[in-house]
Amino acid sequence: MDRLDDIDRRIVLATQAGLPLTPHPYHAVAEQIGTTPDEVMHRMQRMHKEGIIRRIGAVPNHYAIGYRANAMAVWDVDDACVDELGMLIGSLPFVSHCYRRMRRPPLWPYSLFVMVHGTNRAEVEEKVAHIGALIGAAARAHAVLYSKRILKKAGLRLNGGNE
Amino acid sequence: MDAIDRLIVNLMQNGFSITDSPYREAAGLIGISEEELIERLARMLESGVLTRFGPLFQIERIGGAFTLAAMSVPKADFEHVAAIVNAMPEVAHNYEREHELNMWFVLATESPERTREAIARIERETGCKVIDLPKCREYFVGLKFEV
Repeated sequence: MDRLDDIDRRIVLATQAGLPLTPHPYHAVAEQIGTTPDEVMHRMQRMHKEGIIRRIGAVPNHYAIGYRANAMAVWDVDDACVDELGMLIGSLPFVSHCYRRMRRPPLWPYSLFVMVHGTNRAEVEEKVAHIGALIGAAARAHAVLYSKRILKKAGLRLNGGNE
Repeated sequence: MDAIDRLIVNLMQNGFSITDSPYREAAGLIGISEEELIERLARMLESGVLTRFGPLFQIERIGGAFTLAAMSVPKADFEHVAAIVNAMPEVAHNYEREHELNMWFVLATESPERTREAIARIERETGCKVIDLPKCREYFVGLKFEV
């Protein structure tokens, strides 16, 4: 975990729901948290460089923009090759998330999680088959879990305590 | 969504500047005025085409504990259980999926202890067993969606 100081945390809290839609958004953030625009911009540039800020921009609702088939494809991959395959699969242009997680056998033997999106299921199946071919014999079991409904989407938020 | 909205969605998923007038810079690339860009972003946020506009943080690096959890919920109880799970502030996302494990949610708490407490509470209140699948390693996050 990275050490963020109080001003960094205030910047996170002030921007995690979104940037102000005003001509000088970082100035507005600075005013809100009681510091200077340069301080806000320098710190955000630093956090971006360090990867604490993954990116700055628009987050589309993938259902609303036509990606109606959204699958969590999972494989039980040999531990000896999962990292190498995970990096490779994560670099595919149609993969939005790629993780390794704990297995919970027998109900959940899968370790590699890949989120694949398409306008329809045939498209997703083609992409999943492509990933399956890359994993090849390193996979012992495989499943595809299509999302049926978003029940809640609040986003990951830093808890601001009493702020 | 018209052609300009699509251009905004495609061009503005990454790389928004950290400068004095970032909307003006982005608007220049798109070929519209700063005012129009701000207005269109506001409209797409309002209509739900965009869920957010701003920085995306790698929240695990800032603090807290995160896990993906799954439950096998009987069909007849599904809506009731979803209401219990969704009402918990620790639940960041919740999805219905087509599998024996049909409810999948992300728990975001301050510490592993709080995660264990939240899981115990969900099991107690719903009568369903929670399978906890913490992340071991992240290989990639952050696809651009083309429209």
